[in-house]
This record gives sequence, structure tokens and C-alpha cells, in this order.
Amino acid sequence: MPIDQISVFVENNTGRLAEITEILGNAQIDLRALSIADTADFGILRLIVDDPQKTADILKEAGCVFSVTPVLAVSIEDTPGSLARRLRLLSDSGFSVEYAYAFITRKQNNAYVIFRVDDNDLAAAVLEQHGVKVAETADLFDL
Amino acid sequence: MNYYQPEMECASPEQLRKIQEEKLIHLVSRVYENVPYYRQMMDEKGVKPRDIQSLDDIAKLPFLSKNDLKEAYPYGLLARPLSDCVRIQSTSGTTGKRVVAFYTQNDLDVWEECCARAIVAAGGTKDDVVHVCYGYGLFTGGPGLNGGSHKLGSLTLPMSSGNTERQIQFMTDLGSTILCCTPSYAAFLGETIVQQGLQEQIKLKAGIFGAEAWSEEMRRDIEKMLHIKAYDIYGLTEISGPGVSFECSEQTGMHINEDYFFAEIIDPQTEQVLPEGSIGELVFTSLSKEAFPLIRYRTRDICKLTREPCSCGRTLIKMAKPMGRSDDMLIIRGVNVFPSQIETVLLNCGYPANYQIIVDRVNYTDTFDVQVEMTPEMFSDTVKKVSVREKDLVNSLKAMLGISPKVTLVAPRTIARSEGKAVRVIDKRKI
Repeated sequence: MPIDQISVFVENNTGRLAEITEILGNAQIDLRALSIADTADFGILRLIVDDPQKTADILKEAGCVFSVTPVLAVSIEDTPGSLARRLRLLSDSGFSVEYAYAFITRKQNNAYVIFRVDDNDLAAAVLEQHGVKVAETADLFDL
Repeated sequence: MNYYQPEMECASPEQLRKIQEEKLIHLVSRVYENVPYYRQMMDEKGVKPRDIQSLDDIAKLPFLSKNDLKEAYPYGLLARPLSDCVRIQSTSGTTGKRVVAFYTQNDLDVWEECCARAIVAAGGTKDDVVHVCYGYGLFTGGPGLNGGSHKLGSLTLPMSSGNTERQIQFMTDLGSTILCCTPSYAAFLGETIVQQGLQEQIKLKAGIFGAEAWSEEMRRDIEKMLHIKAYDIYGLTEISGPGVSFECSEQTGMHINEDYFFAEIIDPQTEQVLPEGSIGELVFTSLSKEAFPLIRYRTRDICKLTREPCSCGRTLIKMAKPMGRSDDMLIIRGVNVFPSQIETVLLNCGYPANYQIIVDRVNYTDTFDVQVEMTPEMFSDTVKKVSVREKDLVNSLKAMLGISPKVTLVAPRTIARSEGKAVRVIDKRKI
């Protein structure tokens, strides 16, 4: 099942990223993964958090521009070639990946990859058919 | 001293006044008869053509604003049948506030004569090679100086703008002696010529630069780089185009072609006419225009008029370089930009009307930045979507304004406001 990712607009100003993460830290939001896409004049901070609803409320109150987007969190073995196999599977099934980022967990030999594809539900079904575990938000914070 | 038409350029103030008076009386009765828009304006003010008996009576006539031009667009101010017109020119790509001006053959002759006077005042003769790299087309810069150069009998190079390599090649190969373009392009050409070490191969002696504001410092830099004397020229499409006034060898202000254009300075708030030497808004009456005559047209340019003996021998009144605007119009790279146009585009594209325009001048070229506040609707988690929307906005702004701004997306509520009102324009140019 897809999980909710929070994407935040980050103006290209010194200290802006610090400000946003401070807002989240003060609200006791736990971050599991993040990535930043940067262009010449702005950035997009993408976050996987323990409580997307609370995060959205806090960002809204702080006047930040953000969006909540469903993404796929896929559990893979932390071994060479395992990411490539999942990407091949998605690509052979006709899915194009907009972006992806990964993180390893404290559990041995386990990593997660966050995928953004056009049709999350369909992609999740295809992955599960092939025995790939697609995580729920709770799974990610129970590591 | 050289003059193109010494009988006018050096006429006594009394003679000039008499010419202006005759033309004004004739003009007023002509527009009252032929232009319903004027007739209604005059009727509303309770003034009839017979009330205009002297030049001073002009104060009885109503002012005309850019808004009137908009309301009367396109034919509402035509004073001659369209079949008598041979040309139109238009202001730089400003939809919504576009001005379309009509010319009869005689109007073109007068305009070109005015430009010929400017070229002669810059030392031009029929033996010169006049290199015109103002834009051609609807913009009056190219056609005006091109026509002036023809009138004078000089060899005219209708280069139009852009393609710097070709400009320099023609300059060196054909020995251009007088350069006509915007001052920022002249500075750019100068820098390129210096960089390429071609100064010795350039035969320029003078330049006639207008359509945008420039400083004395910029003048000295251009003069040094190109080894020329740089002259200012002023005009506006509404009144005819470049050549409404021009600089002479003294370089202390621009002589207004008073036999064709009557100038007044008014207080922009009270609309009272101010005495000579006061700073106020410049108002023009085009005395000889047949197709598109404007009476007491408010230019919105803030400036000063002085009539003092000039070492060049011309008696024509001089106007200072415009010092600013009495409206919010910006001139960026020679193009007229109104903040309200930017607002319209933002709203059409789905952005909030919260924006800030930052204009600066770097290496003699205007920079034009528009900061726009991001909204949840325009935001996306993918860079591609945000960038596509941003590009659409830049393209729409370019289509509306005629020049491309650099758009910067900023966080909501970050655009500075003073006393609750946003500061829309920050003009950092020091001119």
C-alpha cells in the first residue's frame, strides 16, 4: 500500500531548510527518510514522517507550501543488485520512476526504497505479485 | 554650425510662438469638426474652437491621458479618413495599454524631418554612413532614424537590433560614422569592440541614443569606448516617435522641435501649468499631426523646460532628461512595463497577485526579476511539474510585456510589505 510523503517547498535562502526542520523538530515529528531536489532557485524537501497528518497541520500553521503525495516504500535486502532487480521489475511492467531515494534500517540486512511512480496502487500490486514487500507507514517506524 | 532647417531651429521666440499659435487654432477647429471623441471632451469642458484665440488659451482645453487612447482604440482619435493614412507604429508589445498611432505621408515627412534635425545636430551630413540598430517594425526607433537619415541623404544602414558580430562587421567594412541605438546597446557594442581590439577599425564619430534612461557617467563611458560624441534623443510613439526633442553639441538638454510640438509642464496632481524652469509632468500637443493629433497629452514623464541661449545657436526650448514618471510605468531595456500587466498574467496563470518586480542595471543592461509567491495549487512534489508551470508563467509574461523576466518562486508571505501594502517595484538602477 502507498504511504504518504510530505513534500515541502523550500525557498532558495540560507537557513530556510534549517527553519523548516526546526519547526518539525519542535513538534516532535520523527523523520525516517528525506531527500532534497534542488533547482537553480528553489528546492523540494521530501519527507517520510511518523505522523503525516500532524506534520501537515504543523506546516500549514507555519505558512509553508507543501503537498501530501502517495509513494511506495519497498523493503529490500541490503545486498548488491537488489535495488536493480526491483527497478527492472517496475520498468518491465511499464512503470517509470519519477524519483527514488533509499535508507537502511537498524535491522540487519534490510533497506527501504521510496519510489514515486504514476500509478502507485497498480505498481504496488505488481510488486507484491512478485513477492516484494510494500511497507505501511507503521512498518517504517517499527524498525 | 550646421542645421537641417535653420529658419525653424533658430527662429526667434516670437516667430516660433506665432507659428505655434496659428497651428494650434487650426488644429483645435480641425479635431472639433472631425473627431467626435475630442468634440465630446471639449463640450464637457464647455470650450468651443472659437475660445482658442492665442497660445495661452490652450489652458482651456482638456488633457488627454493614456487612458483616453485606450478608450478610443483603435480609430477613435483619427482626425483623417483611414484612406489618407499610410503607416501605423505601435508602442512596445504592451497588450491592454498598447498605443497604435496613425500617420499620413505628411506626418511621416514631419517625423523624419525631426530625426534629420537630430542627426545634423549630432554632426551628420549627407556624406555620413548612418548605422541604425534600433529595432525596426512597429517600434518607432528604427523607422524614425532610418527616415531621418534618408531625408538628409546619408547612406543608411538599416541594421535593426541584435546580431552583434554582424553589426561590428558592417561597421568596420562599410565605415559607419553615426550609430543610432539604445544607450545600453551602444555600451554593449563598445565593450565588445574594445574586447576584440577593433577600436582602430571603427570610424564612428557620433551616436544618437534614446528610448531609455541613461546617466552622464554612462555617456562618458560610451564616448570613451567608441571614440565618439554621444547625443540623447527623446520621443514617444503617441506624439510621433524619436525626434520630438534632440541634443545638440552642448549636450545640456534636448531641444524640442517646437514648430511641431508644443510643450507644457504641469503639476501632475492639480494639473496646473507650472512656470518655466519648474519640475513637473511634461505635456505635449502635436501641432502638425494630421492623422493622429494629440492635444495636451500627458506623457507622465517628469522633467523641466528651460529657454536659455544655447551655444549651438538654436532657439528651441530645451527639456532636461526625464527624471522619473508620475505613474508606475517602468522602462526596462527600452520596453514600457506596467506592474498591472504583470498582475494580470499572474492571476491568469493561477498565481496570487502577490509579486515584486526588481529592476537593476548590471554592465549597462537592465535586469528584470519578478518574484512570485508559491501557492499549494502551483506546488508539486516533482521538480518537473513546478518547472513547467514556472516556464509557462515566464512565457505568458513575455507574450504580454515583450520582454522576458527572470521569475523566482518564493515562499508565501515573504514579499515585503510596508504599512500593509506590498512594495511592488524595487528599482535599484542608479541613472
